[in-house]
Amino acid sequence: MRVRVRHEITHRFEPVARHAIATLRLTPRSHVGQHVLRWALDVTPDCRLMAEEDAFGNIVHTFSVEGAIDAITVIAEGDVDTQDTTGVVAGGAERFPPSLFLRQTSLAEPDAAIAALAARIAKDVSEPLGRLHALMVAIHKGVAEVPAAPDAAAAPAAKALAAGKGTSAELAHVFVSAARALRVPARQVSGYAALEAPAAFREWAEAHVPGIGWVGFDCGRNLCPTDDYVRLAAGLDSQAVAPMLSTGSIARNTAVARDFFQAARPGQGQQQGQRQQQGRGQRQE
Amino acid sequence: MLSRTADNLYWLSRYVERADCLARILDVAQRLAYTPVTYGGSTNEWSSAVLTAGCVEGFVARHGPVENATEENVVSFLAFDPENSSSIRNCFEVARTNARSVRTALTSEMWDVINSAWIELRAFPDKVMTREELARFLAFVKETSLRFDGATFRTMLRNDAYWFSRVGAHVERADNTARILDVKYHVLLPEKEHVGGPLDYFQWASILRSVSALTAFHWVYRDSVKPWLVADLLILNRQMPRSLAACYDNVSRSLDDIGGAYGRQGPAQRLARSTLAKLSNHSIEDIFQAGLHEFISDFILNNYKLGNEITEQYLT
Amino acid sequence: MARAFDEMSSDDGSVRKAYETLNRWLTNVPHDVLDHRRKEAEFIFRRIGITFAVYGEQNAQERLIPFDIVPRIITKDEWTRLAKGLEQRVKALNLYIKDVYSKREVLRAGIVPEELVYQNPAFRPEMNGQAVPHDLYVHIAGIDIVRTDPDTFYVLEDNARTPSGVSYMLENREIMLRLFPELFSLHRVAPVENYADDLLATLRSLSPNGAHEPNVAILTPGIYNSAYYEHSFLADKLGVDLVEGRDLFVKDNIVYMRTTEGPKRVDVIYRRLDDDFLDPLAFRPDSVLGVPGLMSAYKAGNVTLTNAVGTGVADDKAVYSYMPEIIKFYLGEEPLLANVPTWRCREPDHLKYVLEHLEELVVKEVHGSGGYGMLVGPKSDKAQIEAFRAKLKHDPANFIAQPTLALSTCPTLVDEGVAPRHVDLRPFVLSGSDKVRIVPGGLTRVAMKEGSLVVNSSQGGGTKDTWVLDA
Repeated sequence: MRVRVRHEITHRFEPVARHAIATLRLTPRSHVGQHVLRWALDVTPDCRLMAEEDAFGNIVHTFSVEGAIDAITVIAEGDVDTQDTTGVVAGGAERFPPSLFLRQTSLAEPDAAIAALAARIAKDVSEPLGRLHALMVAIHKGVAEVPAAPDAAAAPAAKALAAGKGTSAELAHVFVSAARALRVPARQVSGYAALEAPAAFREWAEAHVPGIGWVGFDCGRNLCPTDDYVRLAAGLDSQAVAPMLSTGSIARNTAVARDFFQAARPGQGQQQGQRQQQGRGQRQE
Repeated sequence: MLSRTADNLYWLSRYVERADCLARILDVAQRLAYTPVTYGGSTNEWSSAVLTAGCVEGFVARHGPVENATEENVVSFLAFDPENSSSIRNCFEVARTNARSVRTALTSEMWDVINSAWIELRAFPDKVMTREELARFLAFVKETSLRFDGATFRTMLRNDAYWFSRVGAHVERADNTARILDVKYHVLLPEKEHVGGPLDYFQWASILRSVSALTAFHWVYRDSVKPWLVADLLILNRQMPRSLAACYDNVSRSLDDIGGAYGRQGPAQRLARSTLAKLSNHSIEDIFQAGLHEFISDFILNNYKLGNEITEQYLT
Repeated sequence: MARAFDEMSSDDGSVRKAYETLNRWLTNVPHDVLDHRRKEAEFIFRRIGITFAVYGEQNAQERLIPFDIVPRIITKDEWTRLAKGLEQRVKALNLYIKDVYSKREVLRAGIVPEELVYQNPAFRPEMNGQAVPHDLYVHIAGIDIVRTDPDTFYVLEDNARTPSGVSYMLENREIMLRLFPELFSLHRVAPVENYADDLLATLRSLSPNGAHEPNVAILTPGIYNSAYYEHSFLADKLGVDLVEGRDLFVKDNIVYMRTTEGPKRVDVIYRRLDDDFLDPLAFRPDSVLGVPGLMSAYKAGNVTLTNAVGTGVADDKAVYSYMPEIIKFYLGEEPLLANVPTWRCREPDHLKYVLEHLEELVVKEVHGSGGYGMLVGPKSDKAQIEAFRAKLKHDPANFIAQPTLALSTCPTLVDEGVAPRHVDLRPFVLSGSDKVRIVPGGLTRVAMKEGSLVVNSSQGGGTKDTWVLDA
């Protein structure tokens, strides 16, 4: 499938910032089943984008802007060819052995309820891959997916499980923390799902299965990623894969940035018309 | 130097100066309160102290209308109240916090003054004091500011750190002198029929005393205390260290030194110079004709603007 | 527990050679004179504001660390031996950290178990594959040393993050010189005042891109930090700016500080701020003490942070127990300084032993510091031991145990006169691109309470001037 992505993020500064700095994890890499044909980032106001790679092999861009800044807008746009690999991710940028992904983080820390959930699944199913599928199904049934608010960071796993609902990122936190509780390396992944409406940006989980490798699990959609998924970044939790983080300093206060995430509008490759609307280059508004 | 360091030095000096001014206000209020009414004493000395200190809002929130002012609640509010951000106690507290943040930019003598004062302050009781205790306390506050000024003058390198500290002290001092003059003038205005009388004399003398200028007045004018002469001394006379003109002489010179060292001038320098020019070119007759109150209000506003320009240009 | 080694007096009551002069002097000076000088010292300390904060105590925002006016004496031979061992230890720490963040040979060779690296909260994935200038990570180390007999010095703990206490080492000496000039005239004491110059030389040697006149700054969390006095003291002695996070900003991966003359580039940052708070874009997003974008600038090689990010992976108490093997693995040498025998509670047979011998052991949290969260078996009652047993069983991997060492004692001025009190020693090791520098001595900490083995200042310990005799 050819997936077209357009992802626009705006962070606002109230009051206006004098200096702001941001990091983007908003550029996919190619791997088996995912080939990036074209990808571009466009930032307003003008700035110098510096590319680097983070600890997990994700492509990161940082930039800083000065002046009276009331908002920063970033548009990521591109085309990606995808194939269905039944959720298995191979040939990606791996910088650590899987065991690193047993690390606890505060967002994906199992509480008693998550540990109990993990233990129950482990008791019912013994085969490793089947166990993870069962875990996904259980979370899908027990925690309903709700759309992400544009300006809220993902909550810790325990909170989502207790609430019985959560964003795609929070569902992934539950999966990741439960898998780690079972000593299965697991991580948070960000990306796009082309067939998901209205918003395509979402997060899911990946777990490492001996003999197979990294396999994706999307609890919200109750499936292993297919060819309508584009994979952006992987990390220990949602914060580590956030598409955009920023802070602005206003004199002496650190401003609060609000994330006005707008729906990415992916389309299947043939719809050429859309492309003309947003030419590249610096936008002046 | 770091902008924050300059900021700390500037405010350190301002708070020490402010504490000194508050002590003088209390001193004078106390003195007038004991003076018989026929000799200029009045019952509203304590409310006038609150007005002069520029703390009306805070006082009203804590003790009700200004008319409720008594010796006890005003002394407690202006000297010790932790809720009053400009109480003497808080001035010393903030001064020391600023000093701690810039230990490296201070000489050990300057730090010693601030730190010892802060330690000593804790030895004074929080509230009710005998009059002797209060007098001792006020003497201690004034002495601290004298020692701090002396330590600054004698031990600091003459570089930007020194100049920022001087700018702070003189901007604050000008503000204080202007406020004293304004409020006292207001209090005195309705007493027109007494001009030249004994009541008037004690009131005007109290203004002079509050800025340590009673003796200086006689040396300069060799005349009895008269309102326009007092105003002339405190506004235009450059020999008088607390006059607005003398303060702005210093502010402008220190800002020019900074500009010279950095090779760049800005809005702060321009504003200071234009205020200084105004103080140099006016006569006291002009000022009285146009209205003393208007002149002073305008000055206070300009002085405040200068503070903002300095902050914008150097301190953030 | 064995009788403690007395650094001044032998078992037969005779005084060791190094202490002879001091002992004579102590015997001759009347007690009230000593007491008077002690009060004078305290007055000076308070006057110059050498204070520290104790966390968790209200209204104790600024407290004095008790200062003991009786110096601790170390002979030149003893010091030479110690210094060699310290240099070896810090070299190994640096090699270990470099390896952990690059090839991880130490894991492949099975020297250190994988989870002590990957599951270690102080491990920073962000540092993986990241080059640091001159391959040095721990530029400023504080190695805690204890002594149990004439020949044995043990390393008790490595401090590879932001070790503190050096200002006390320097101020203690200044005060002693002021109060007891006559004592110095009777001894040849190696100076420590060159520490500031050594530190500056070390920091300047670490400049990225070989800047000739690198701009060095000390980054402090601010005046409410317990070690703020030390931060400002060092900035003053080094003649560098003491900055807070809000004084710095990053533009196009270059770090600048805000000055009255506009932005000024910063090349080397001696940061006294924990990793977690350094950069809200990379670590804790709620940190207001750090500098957004600092990690990007650091990774781009445009600024040096000392110590490097992620050095904590080498100094927790679980890794500590592997240090002898680590030294052998990287240097092919036997460790010159011994480790205290350590039981790792994460290993079942060790745990079993520890649980059976709690009343005679010291049990510590792997990531604990400052003497918090530990059990001193022989000094605890039944209830305390049982409470600790439950904690230990709940999370064994979080603890290690050691025998209760009979820390050496030094003569100390207490209310009743001069009496022996337990001490330890924290020398400071500076690693620059040119060489390793160690100022003779270090900070001696002393447990002021009779019989107490806890020397931490947060637990009422005091400090002493440490004299390395030059002859």
